[in-house]
Amino acid sequence: MEQFQFQIVIGLVLLLLGYFFGRYFEKKHFQSIVKREAELANVLVIASKHTTASDSNKPGMMVTGSVVISVDYFKRFLAMLRSIFGGRLTSYETLLDRARREAILRMKQEARAMNADRIFNIKLETASISKNASGNIGSVEVLAYGTALINVP
Amino acid sequence: MLISNLEIIPGKNIIEHFGLVQGSTVRSKHVGRDLMAGIKNIFGGELVGYTELLQEAREEAVERMKQQAQAVGANAVVNVRFSTSSVTQGAAELFAYGSAVILE
Repeated sequence: MEQFQFQIVIGLVLLLLGYFFGRYFEKKHFQSIVKREAELANVLVIASKHTTASDSNKPGMMVTGSVVISVDYFKRFLAMLRSIFGGRLTSYETLLDRARREAILRMKQEARAMNADRIFNIKLETASISKNASGNIGSVEVLAYGTALINVP
Repeated sequence: MLISNLEIIPGKNIIEHFGLVQGSTVRSKHVGRDLMAGIKNIFGGELVGYTELLQEAREEAVERMKQQAQAVGANAVVNVRFSTSSVTQGAAELFAYGSAVILE
């Protein structure tokens, strides 16, 4: 009986920790994403693979960006509850959104570092390092890549 | 060597095709990293160790693809794609493939 109570207490502590820290980190991350997106707004990401004729003297170079982000304990608990009734798992939607935007930003940063302002043929790939089979880690791994056209002075 | 995921490199013609070249890798971090990821999972946020892992895996896959392209005598790899699979937990499995060509 006592052991059972102990487990409940541990569970509650984890939920609280997850709720407060998770919210704090997510808010901070979103703020940083919005800020950097504004900074890198002039690096265009284009999903088309056709470049324009005027780009013929610009060398292309592959750029990549990757990130692994995990969801917090509280959100995983919420998602678990939600999946009983079905419907949108909002807590995972924000996770995916953060991961994709972060990966694209990192790719843009790499392009900016090599003096490129356009990235063509962007592809997004989701990897699985910590496959959630045993349920101990809920995370998403995103890899973004594309071809940056470098401006030659 | 030029690596690009465009089919056509602007301003350059493809002189010769060598067909598909590929590189793949399965990498994992030590147990300590997995443990840290487990702890970080309570609070949420970026798992830096795994991000590194993904980056290393990508670099290695591309490196192997380049070696293969060099071996057949190409000077560029175009239309590169990445693909991932899942063999086991805690490991990054990456596969890079593209067409080896000679550009003028």
